[in-house]
Amino acid sequence: MELTRRDALVALGVAGTATGGAYAVSRLEDDDTAEAVVERLSHVAEAVYPSEVDVTHDFLETYVVGRVEERDGYLEGVTDALDSLDSYTRNLRHEGFGDAPPDARDSLLRYMGVDEAEPAPDGTEAERVRYYVVNELQYALYTTPVGGKLVGIENPVGYPGGLNSYRREP
Amino acid sequence: MTEDGRAPVEDADVCVVGAGPAGALTAYTLASRGYRVVVLEAGERFDRGDDERRMEESLRPAHDAGELWNMETGDGRDAYTSSGERYYPLNAARVKGVGGSTLHWQGMVMRLHEKDFEMETRHGVGRDWPISYDDLQPYYVCAEKEMGVAGGDDNPYAPPRSQPFPLPAFEPSYSDSLFSDACDEVGLEMHSVPNARNPEPYDGRGVCVGYGTCQPVCPSGAKYTADVHVAKAEDEGARVIDRAQVERLETDGEGDAVESAVYTTPSGTYRQDADAFVVACGGVETPRLLLLSRSRDHPDGLANSSGAVGRYFTEHLFVGAGGTVDQPTRQNHIGFITSESHALYDGEDPTPLGTKLEFLNYAGPSPAIEAMNADEWGDALLEDLRGSYGNHVSMGGLVEQVPTEKNWVTLDKTTTDNLGNPVPDVRWSVADREAEAIRAANTVQNDVLGAMDADVGWTVGPEDTGPAYHHMCTTRMGHHDDESVVDHRTKAHDLENLYISSSSVFVTAGAMNPTLSIAALALKTADHIDDDI
Repeated sequence: MELTRRDALVALGVAGTATGGAYAVSRLEDDDTAEAVVERLSHVAEAVYPSEVDVTHDFLETYVVGRVEERDGYLEGVTDALDSLDSYTRNLRHEGFGDAPPDARDSLLRYMGVDEAEPAPDGTEAERVRYYVVNELQYALYTTPVGGKLVGIENPVGYPGGLNSYRREP
Repeated sequence: MTEDGRAPVEDADVCVVGAGPAGALTAYTLASRGYRVVVLEAGERFDRGDDERRMEESLRPAHDAGELWNMETGDGRDAYTSSGERYYPLNAARVKGVGGSTLHWQGMVMRLHEKDFEMETRHGVGRDWPISYDDLQPYYVCAEKEMGVAGGDDNPYAPPRSQPFPLPAFEPSYSDSLFSDACDEVGLEMHSVPNARNPEPYDGRGVCVGYGTCQPVCPSGAKYTADVHVAKAEDEGARVIDRAQVERLETDGEGDAVESAVYTTPSGTYRQDADAFVVACGGVETPRLLLLSRSRDHPDGLANSSGAVGRYFTEHLFVGAGGTVDQPTRQNHIGFITSESHALYDGEDPTPLGTKLEFLNYAGPSPAIEAMNADEWGDALLEDLRGSYGNHVSMGGLVEQVPTEKNWVTLDKTTTDNLGNPVPDVRWSVADREAEAIRAANTVQNDVLGAMDADVGWTVGPEDTGPAYHHMCTTRMGHHDDESVVDHRTKAHDLENLYISSSSVFVTAGAMNPTLSIAALALKTADHIDDDI
């Protein structure tokens, strides 16, 4: 199941709006930091998304652009959290998180304690990785129909899916 | 005028304290009739353009519920104590701000039944209201129109209606259809629910789009919130001053009339004079303000010659049960209910206390929330989510409490707020008779779930029941000034120009969500003020 730019707009809550149109044409060529965030998030997404989800660059790019435009402090927060994750990985493996083999990334996140960390934007390194990285990705997936349908709900909470789905038979 | 625009209004006819639904509707009605109205609101004016962010924060585990509508200001503005038999979580139960607690409410808007006004005569319970259902019915009609209530005529237990609902009821859910078969089996009639949200565009607000987060925030604006009528009041010329904490009301030299409201803002303390005053601060802050306003002429607090100010604090008691069934139930697509039952409401067995039953459309976990709280991710998380979502069913309900002197709001003089004023102390308990009514409701709920072959996983009974966050009866209405605070026109017995627009004037609570009755009484209060001034 593929996550597209459209799904990112849905997760941002701007699909179909004028603002969504603005995001749709946004690009990151002039923003190396944000482009790097997209790349680094994709490495984490490979670990924390189900294997049947195919994360496209367009999805992450659009989501990050939206977040940067919408939320003060987002870019700084996610960059710091990804830096912490990289730093932790380098101490263990002498390489960045993205350079670690995909099958090692899950373990690295767990070693760091991200799996059991309480998400907190101002918390410990693990708590900030949980908040800015893992939970951002989970929110972006499971509040969209793509993520919802994986579980069996086409109008998940947080998604404005209208007034038909709740009446529909299974 | 001060730099921040929070100075008093000159030559005000009416000063309304509180910008929740009661204050908003009272202010709007009077402003639209040409009165110069000023509204003083302790909380802030929220930017509703931030509702998408609020919704996300309500779903993400890092953010406390109190942050959402700024009920954790950190300076003690909303400090309180709870010294009764049961802890009362006051700040989870209210929002201070333009729109009041409707900003986070569920949006259920039922009329009280006829019996609710006559519980003493019919059943020897509490006191009769000094008004009847017939007196309030025209105001219910107006309130439904103002709020945009979506409802149907399929409730055989509902009180008489002179007008249809302004909007059609929401269609029943798939989950309701599963309950319907079970209710047929146990002989419990289901029917639609009056909702203060739009199934179609109404009054300039859009249609519900199914975000599923009605409580605590509706980003689409389809759910009615009282800032709608605050804006309308402003359009009619009313002035609304936010972040204006009213510390006390002061009377004239004779002590017969309120002369001014003393309020403090970030830029200083002011006095707002007016010809009439309306206290519309809900069931806790209304009695608190009256108690804080004690003076030489009113040594026990303003309007308190009866001693009833703060007494009889009454709530609705949540009752529920839920579990899983062996089939998909399609929960959590929307955040509101589409079917309920008033079948038990007017019965007398085992008690005459009102009981309302609800069939929930949001039973069990929501995958997005579960994912962000999980210790797993990837394929393992997905497997867990698939295992936990999809086959839950739940029933909820409200049971009536009987007003008692044992439950009351008073001042805790040992604890002060950000301005140095004593905070409210909420004393709350559950009586044996109410526990009996809860057990009876549990029995019916378990019968229905049993008819669905549900594996019942939880029941909220008398031991773990909680309040529905409906604060009532603390400045009750009555004919006599020795046992009630306001008269049948909601004017204080003791004062010439003080009115109370709030659920605090309820005499008994019924078991219906109170906001429609609050709105109806607010419109009635406005009529009386119009007559008087």
